[in-house]
Amino acid sequence: MLLIRCPYCETARPEVEFRHGGEALMERPRDPSRASDAEWIDYLYMRRNPKGPHAERWRHVHGCGRFFNCLRDTVSDRIVVTWRAGEPVPEVTDGDGA
Amino acid sequence: MQRFSFFQLLRQSFGNHVGWQPHWRAAAPKSSYDIVIVGGGGHGLATAYYLASEHGLTNIAVVEKGWIGGGNTGRNTTIVRSNYLFEESEALFEHSMKLWEGLSQALNYNVMYSPRGVLVLAHNTTDAQVIRRHVHANRLAGIDNEWMTPEQAQAFCPILDVSRNVRYPVVGASLQRRGGTARHDAVAWGYARAASALGVDIIENCEVTAIRRDARGAVSGIETTRGEIATHKLGLVTAGHTSVVAGMAGLKLPMESYPLQALVSEPVKPVMPCVVMSNSIHAYMSQSDKGELVIGAGTDAYTSYSQRGALHVTSQTLDALCELFPIVRRLRMLRNWGGIVDVTPDRSPIIGPTPVEGLYLNCGWGTGGFKATPGSGHLFAHTLARGEPHAIVAPFDLDRFTTGKLVDESTAAAVAH
Amino acid sequence: MTQPYRLPTGGRIARSRPLRFTFDGRSYEGYAGDTLASALLANGVHLVGRSFKYHRPRGILSAGSEEPNALMTIDRGAGRVTPNLRATQIELYDGLCAISQNRWPSLDFDLGAASQFVSRLLPAGFYYKTFMWPRAAWRRVYEPLIRRAAGLGKAPRAPDPDRYTNQFAHCDVLVIGAGPAGLEAALRAGRAGSSVILCDEQQELGGSLLNNSQAAERLLQYTNELRALPNVRLLRRTTAFGVFAQNFVALAERINDHLPASNKDMPRESLWQVRAERTVIATGAIERPLVFPGNDRPGVMLAHAGLAYVNRYGVLPGKQVVIATTNDDGYAVADALKAAGAEIATIVDLRRDETIAATHGGKRISSVDIRLPDNSLRRIACDLLLMSGGWTPSVHLFSQARGKLRFDVPLQCFVPDGTLDAIECVGGCAGAGLQPSPATQIVADGKSFVDFQNDVTSADIELAVREGFRSVEHIKRYTTSGMATDQGKTSNMNALAIAAATIDAPVGSVGTTTFRQPFTPVTFGTLAGLSRGALFEPVRTLPSHDWALAHGAVFEDTGQWKRASYFSLKGEGMRDAVMRECRTVRAAAGIFDASSLGKIEISGPDALTFLNRIYINDFSRLDIGRCRYALMLNEAGLAMDDGIVGRLAETRFHVTTTSGGIGHVLHHMEDFLQTEFTSLQVWLTDVTEQWSTFAVQGPRARDIVGELTTTIDLSPGSMSHMSLREGSVCDADARLMRVSFTGECGYEINVPSSEGARVWAALYESASRHDASAYGLEALNVLRAEKGYIIVGQETDGSTTPDDLGFGKMIGARKDDFVGKRSLSLAHLASSGRKQLVGLKPLDPQKMLEEGAQITLQSGAPTGSHAVGHVTTACWSAVLDRSIALALVENGRALIGSTLHVPMPNGDIPVEVTSPVFVDPAGARLHG
Repeated sequence: MLLIRCPYCETARPEVEFRHGGEALMERPRDPSRASDAEWIDYLYMRRNPKGPHAERWRHVHGCGRFFNCLRDTVSDRIVVTWRAGEPVPEVTDGDGA
Repeated sequence: MQRFSFFQLLRQSFGNHVGWQPHWRAAAPKSSYDIVIVGGGGHGLATAYYLASEHGLTNIAVVEKGWIGGGNTGRNTTIVRSNYLFEESEALFEHSMKLWEGLSQALNYNVMYSPRGVLVLAHNTTDAQVIRRHVHANRLAGIDNEWMTPEQAQAFCPILDVSRNVRYPVVGASLQRRGGTARHDAVAWGYARAASALGVDIIENCEVTAIRRDARGAVSGIETTRGEIATHKLGLVTAGHTSVVAGMAGLKLPMESYPLQALVSEPVKPVMPCVVMSNSIHAYMSQSDKGELVIGAGTDAYTSYSQRGALHVTSQTLDALCELFPIVRRLRMLRNWGGIVDVTPDRSPIIGPTPVEGLYLNCGWGTGGFKATPGSGHLFAHTLARGEPHAIVAPFDLDRFTTGKLVDESTAAAVAH
Repeated sequence: MTQPYRLPTGGRIARSRPLRFTFDGRSYEGYAGDTLASALLANGVHLVGRSFKYHRPRGILSAGSEEPNALMTIDRGAGRVTPNLRATQIELYDGLCAISQNRWPSLDFDLGAASQFVSRLLPAGFYYKTFMWPRAAWRRVYEPLIRRAAGLGKAPRAPDPDRYTNQFAHCDVLVIGAGPAGLEAALRAGRAGSSVILCDEQQELGGSLLNNSQAAERLLQYTNELRALPNVRLLRRTTAFGVFAQNFVALAERINDHLPASNKDMPRESLWQVRAERTVIATGAIERPLVFPGNDRPGVMLAHAGLAYVNRYGVLPGKQVVIATTNDDGYAVADALKAAGAEIATIVDLRRDETIAATHGGKRISSVDIRLPDNSLRRIACDLLLMSGGWTPSVHLFSQARGKLRFDVPLQCFVPDGTLDAIECVGGCAGAGLQPSPATQIVADGKSFVDFQNDVTSADIELAVREGFRSVEHIKRYTTSGMATDQGKTSNMNALAIAAATIDAPVGSVGTTTFRQPFTPVTFGTLAGLSRGALFEPVRTLPSHDWALAHGAVFEDTGQWKRASYFSLKGEGMRDAVMRECRTVRAAAGIFDASSLGKIEISGPDALTFLNRIYINDFSRLDIGRCRYALMLNEAGLAMDDGIVGRLAETRFHVTTTSGGIGHVLHHMEDFLQTEFTSLQVWLTDVTEQWSTFAVQGPRARDIVGELTTTIDLSPGSMSHMSLREGSVCDADARLMRVSFTGECGYEINVPSSEGARVWAALYESASRHDASAYGLEALNVLRAEKGYIIVGQETDGSTTPDDLGFGKMIGARKDDFVGKRSLSLAHLASSGRKQLVGLKPLDPQKMLEEGAQITLQSGAPTGSHAVGHVTTACWSAVLDRSIALALVENGRALIGSTLHVPMPNGDIPVEVTSPVFVDPAGARLHG
């Protein structure tokens, strides 16, 4: 069970309090009606799915209820850093975000 | 190929078994092949075998970064069934089922396909509706699947608790008698042996590091840890890692990789005659020929390539199984492991060509790929050999995400009002 | 004489506390402090089991958790039968009942041993090469035989009456293993003031110190000091079995099984989930057996196991001892046994180019043949052969934590390569203090066992290599070496060495297999913990639950909810009850507890905009005090949930969801609100638990509700269909909606949950006065189907668009965007020929359809025919007195009036395609 630091509650909590929200930093087309099928499908279905550092979303569903972003290494599952939605991606130091 | 039989076994036993030959040649890569299959799991090896045996294409290599059958082929819970709902899936998995039935004989390798029956439990009205819909659809498609009362289900699997006073009582079940299990390692080894005998090069410890493309963008070869290999047709069959390998050709896929755990108990004398699956409490169980209870569940919650899941996921699976089968509570978990599964948005596989000329995919089998191994290989071989999808796999092309024509088996089991 | 092999003095057993126990029905005596293994040896019992494949007689190999042979079933009474326990780990208690396994009819005389005569036909992987003819025989003949022969003990036959529990712990330092290195690590951390957990799988702390009679004083000092430190928690009988991501360690503590009778107030076992700042792995090392012909005979034992039996348990496992060793430890063991009175017949030092060529004896070793450097053989009589092939560090947990290993040539084993962030290995586990042990030549004529439990011999491993299996994982899988219940603790290194020698590659380059959790087997019940029976999954009940119980309700599960399926009056069957309820609703009225419906209050200046983006509908013209049926899509354009949106105020809405849908609907809404529509000022509040919801439906609904409220004007002119009012009902604050899921004039009364039961009772009283009754889900299903109202998840299946359901016109045409809209124009979603919602009437009105049944164009459609649709709902309409159904059919709306076919096992059922609305298509009753 991962320990995940909620950037709103500013505390590390066990994974079962959270719900995984998939890849982060994806942009929904500003005007979907003008997006081509390819653009729309890219947003809807295409995923980076990287092996290594991965920006993803979590929601503290059994806590504050907020969505936030998280940089996790998908090989080691080490969480590098978490940050609030909408804020810039933090500069990554070598510290453990959890 | 040295033929396997009881008489051969007897003959070799008098020579202290020194006369047995390697099951497959340990091949070194040649400079070029007509077709290169990336991924030496069951699906990749089956593809190579059928390319050689049915399409006469023998200048084929299977490149595997580790040892063959070491990915999901060697990590799954070995369930075989074809009781799917939609006509597209029925055709695909039934095609595979038919190949399972004669596979040991075709490969001259006992893959221990054992049609011991797959029982799918219903715990509420919605479950029952969904499962009965499967039964009706399967009957029309000519796939065996029958509805059972709780009492009939218990008669088929005596350790199942069907009492009404449990939290989620069994209200009915479906049974596919031809469903069952097979020996996962034997599938990889049997296909490897048969393919190797037909001239296919099986190259282990050979990791692909780059995909080369010519000026037109078409595939021209691969770079590997064992050197460069030229080819104009590349089949990616790298379950779990498809996004990574396809990424080498600049391709982004509708796919995410999740951990999937399984576990076995210590061996006990036979108690479990069939496979039991419960989708609403997310657990399934069978017993191996060795006596181990083989147990699986749904994927972990987040994407990962760690081949390691979380303890609470295992615990939740066992919670459910101890409720369904109260006598197993005192048994003990012997081994617990994780695999990595490619999951597509509709949880159905992707088989066919890609926008990159010469690059073909066979991936996205999610949690259910093992049962499809023979069919997947057979149909993918056809697709590679002809350069166009076999009719059965045509609905599973990459293009379906653009048209929206998804084949989503999972959502048929939906919410209740 | 009892305990003939018990030494007169010494050991850590309590001689003042003799205990009786039985093994295979025979009674023996041992002492408190014994394990079952030491007590059996004290009684001269060496034959304790039969091997898996050849049923060879097997004795006790070890004194710890690595034991491959001495597996027992322990019977503690009904439901408390546990197979496959290791005699070396079972603490003796008075009355212990042990039963040997995998033998028939008895351990002494086992017919299964006949397989030895055909053992040359059963090399590694033999089953892959035969049993293929005839095809059907595998399932019918061969496999059942193999299955019967396989398996170890028998599974319990009754449910387990014991309890299991679960604890979470946080500490600065977790020390795993209480041998000398672990004790010192724990002391160091404890003295420094750190919070420490020290766990050990054994009943006593001390590890290898327990086997050293000179170390007793030192051990006592250690343990006394540790016990005195309040910041140190000592967990005995506790196995650290798994290390997970982020230094999360799982421990299994055995609490009850060493007691004669289970303490009813205590759980049997407990699962500890520990998060430590730092973990110290001090799990020591396991002695390696030597591989030589006949090395599995009872009386052949690991050297340090012999030492443990003498020094710790005061048992002399043999009187005439041969010691075979590759290292100096063998001599120390010889000294100890000699001091205890054994005769050391000889020491075979494999470093001097001598080895064991054979062993003799039936069910106990009687002599060994030693091959001397000049290749001559010498036979020596003995009743115990102790062997030491060096040490293998227990790096299992370190490896599980993804620590790297390197091959150490002098030690001939893998040791940790560096440390991990928060995990280090100390002592024997790190390779410290272990005796160097040169690689030894394997002599392999005759059966030389590598994996004792799975009967894997050196010849099997050589065969696997010969057959092309060169990866260590392939060799493991092909031979099954290392896959037994000991997970290869004594065998993996030897198997690897033999494979490397056969391939002619350095051992280090062949690599090692993956270490998988658990370190030793863990009870399913321990992992499941408290999650059992009523605690397996919480039950959610409706406000009317107790009332319903008293009124004949038969419940069904929907997620966690228990909801009334129907109310059986005076022993009515289901069908009669449902039909009565349906008729009552249409004739008078019915009341239904709909409190499980999800409810969300949506407020804020942008609430309307938000709803317009989340649902397909356009709510711009939804006036305050009005409500509307609403459909929600996922971003793929497919129906996801439905409900009612009611406007309470300019910026405040009351929204309902399906019963099972509230969780994912709210998540979906929050997702878009927080991450896509971030400029909107909207608040979402789940008020499902705050409001009880009761539906009152039927021509007399207005009269019934009217008796309960004075503040709301129910007259049709004031409160027409799809109105919403706030006021009071039964003096409780209420939100009253005029909505219908039956096609009748209907209301949904929402009152605070604290008032729910009271209001329900009042409602029932009022209803009774108007000849109305309660109805359950089954009747609801019929009533809504008669009107063609859909249930998401029944009329939809995750591939259904609004237009498929006939809701195309509901889509707000003036809206640029809403979730899912863009996908609706994807080729397939916009294509013709999609399945559409229709009604079906069997031509024979008596003929019931089945839900999920398929629909074909032609009658007698052959197998493999395309199904143009399927039945989503099938029921008997009480009011129409006939069978009806809803279905999704390709181009269904164009097929209305035509005949289709529903193939069933015993023939087709022809059906007429109709409108999905069977009752009151004009809506006169609804608006009445």
